[in-house]
Amino acid sequence: MTTPRLIAERRQLGRRLLLSAPAMLTLLVFMLLPLGIMFVVSILQSGDYGGVKWGEYSFEAYRNFFYERDLDDTLVFNTDYLEIFQRSFWLSILTTAGCLLIGFPTALYLALQTERKRNLLLFLVTVPFWTNLLVRAYAWMLLLRNGGLVDEGLQGLGITDTGLGLLYTNNAVIIGLLYTYLPFMVLPIYTSLEKMDWRLVEAAFDLGANRFHALKRIIVPLAMPGIVAGSILVFIPSLGNYIIPELLGGGKTLMIGNLIQLQFGSSHNWPLGAALSFALLSFVLLAMLVYSVRFKPGNAGGHP
Amino acid sequence: MNTHNPLWRFAGMRPAAWFFFIFLYLPIVVLVVLSFNGGQSATLWGGFSLKWYSVVANDAEVVRAAKNSLIVATLATLISTSLATLAALGMRGRAFRGQTLMSGVLGLPLLVPEIVTAVSTLMFFSFINLKLSLFTILIAHVVFCIPFAYLPIRARLEGMNPYLLEAAADLYASPWKAFWKVTFPLLSPGIISGAMLAFIISMDDFVITYFVAGAGATTLPVYIFSSIRMGISPKINAISSIILVISIAFVALSYYVGQRKR
Repeated sequence: MTTPRLIAERRQLGRRLLLSAPAMLTLLVFMLLPLGIMFVVSILQSGDYGGVKWGEYSFEAYRNFFYERDLDDTLVFNTDYLEIFQRSFWLSILTTAGCLLIGFPTALYLALQTERKRNLLLFLVTVPFWTNLLVRAYAWMLLLRNGGLVDEGLQGLGITDTGLGLLYTNNAVIIGLLYTYLPFMVLPIYTSLEKMDWRLVEAAFDLGANRFHALKRIIVPLAMPGIVAGSILVFIPSLGNYIIPELLGGGKTLMIGNLIQLQFGSSHNWPLGAALSFALLSFVLLAMLVYSVRFKPGNAGGHP
Repeated sequence: MNTHNPLWRFAGMRPAAWFFFIFLYLPIVVLVVLSFNGGQSATLWGGFSLKWYSVVANDAEVVRAAKNSLIVATLATLISTSLATLAALGMRGRAFRGQTLMSGVLGLPLLVPEIVTAVSTLMFFSFINLKLSLFTILIAHVVFCIPFAYLPIRARLEGMNPYLLEAAADLYASPWKAFWKVTFPLLSPGIISGAMLAFIISMDDFVITYFVAGAGATTLPVYIFSSIRMGISPKINAISSIILVISIAFVALSYYVGQRKR
């Protein structure tokens, strides 16, 4: 059945694939293949002086998450890494909660502004995303350090009388993560609020609902896809963030990202670093999968 | 919607928004103000001066790092934008089997955590025995710039009227001519804004560069990181402010270009 029409269509498809090929090949070779190699490295023996022993397979790296080998080669339960996982999850959960607390009302505020003001404010929300995170984390070091502007400001207002010693603590890391990811919470929530049919809220008011009920029964449920998307966009990257704990935690408040970096730096344990990265990646992909199954495009109400 | 109706004023909404914008911009403003500090301290104000900017401009190491950053960002932008433009043109039109998968691959660098991309790329270069240098940085940058260049171009293509191409064909334009006379001029704002985003993302990247940079191949963010490690200083304030202002200028410009002729 090779009608001329079919041939033409096939030729066009070929042309389109050819156009996409350079970008696709670049990503396959320099993104997917490295991820594959990373998985292989995670099941290899670690080399004696860094690197790995190619061809010698072992699940040692994954066992390392929970156990360490004693001198006489017995496995001993080790909570060091578990503590870092726990801290990463806990700090990321607090960050997500904080982002939601500030981000939802901000998104609501944005959605209720006139169009001109809204566009300007939206632009202001996106600008920090395009600026250097390293530099912005550094700015927070200036603010949070002993005798820095936060200390001085609070003392000037008479709220505290000694320095808070905020820098290099868990609190500094949470402030930094909040600061980094707040826009990621505001934008998706704003997007779902913007698409919302506000007449539903008007109807609720007409039917005697007060603001709290309108919020609880209409606005929050309809904004749910945005809230979930925002929470994922905040939680997942903050779990693997490297810069913030490194600079604001001062190397004392390790998170998964720093632990991974250490394996390629001073610890010289590539398989463990690869295994940790692979675990982080699997977690991200799992979260995205769950999200895309539950909140398919078109399932705007967010009800499964 | 009548936003003047007091019913629409939800308690706490306005203070939260104020807090949000102050929280977001306060550190940036403080940093830029402190970069004009004349004193020796990074945080204590000692009068207005451009002293630290001239210190930065005369520091050979900073200048070399800035050059490296510019070289990598320019090349990465040119390459990734070309690849992304071709891919966007290929993705246009009737959906074919596997297209969703291909879009997924194009967006992959946005999904994978930066640290994971960094270490997997490092292991890949070690596996193929490629010595770390500016070249390895360039490869890594091209990869993560592709989606940033691709998305605005694709969005622009989607908003384009398909009848224009049919009209061109009806008027006996060859596909090649139709591309240069119709598609390309209409697409160029998307290409420019994609290229600008790719440039900023490449200039700003630290985590991935840090892992795949060989000895001597220092970019500006890597230089800043190693200086911060040695403690805060007014010199870092000045370099950081320069980077911030460049990024913000680029974003504003890219936004302006994207909004034009909509």
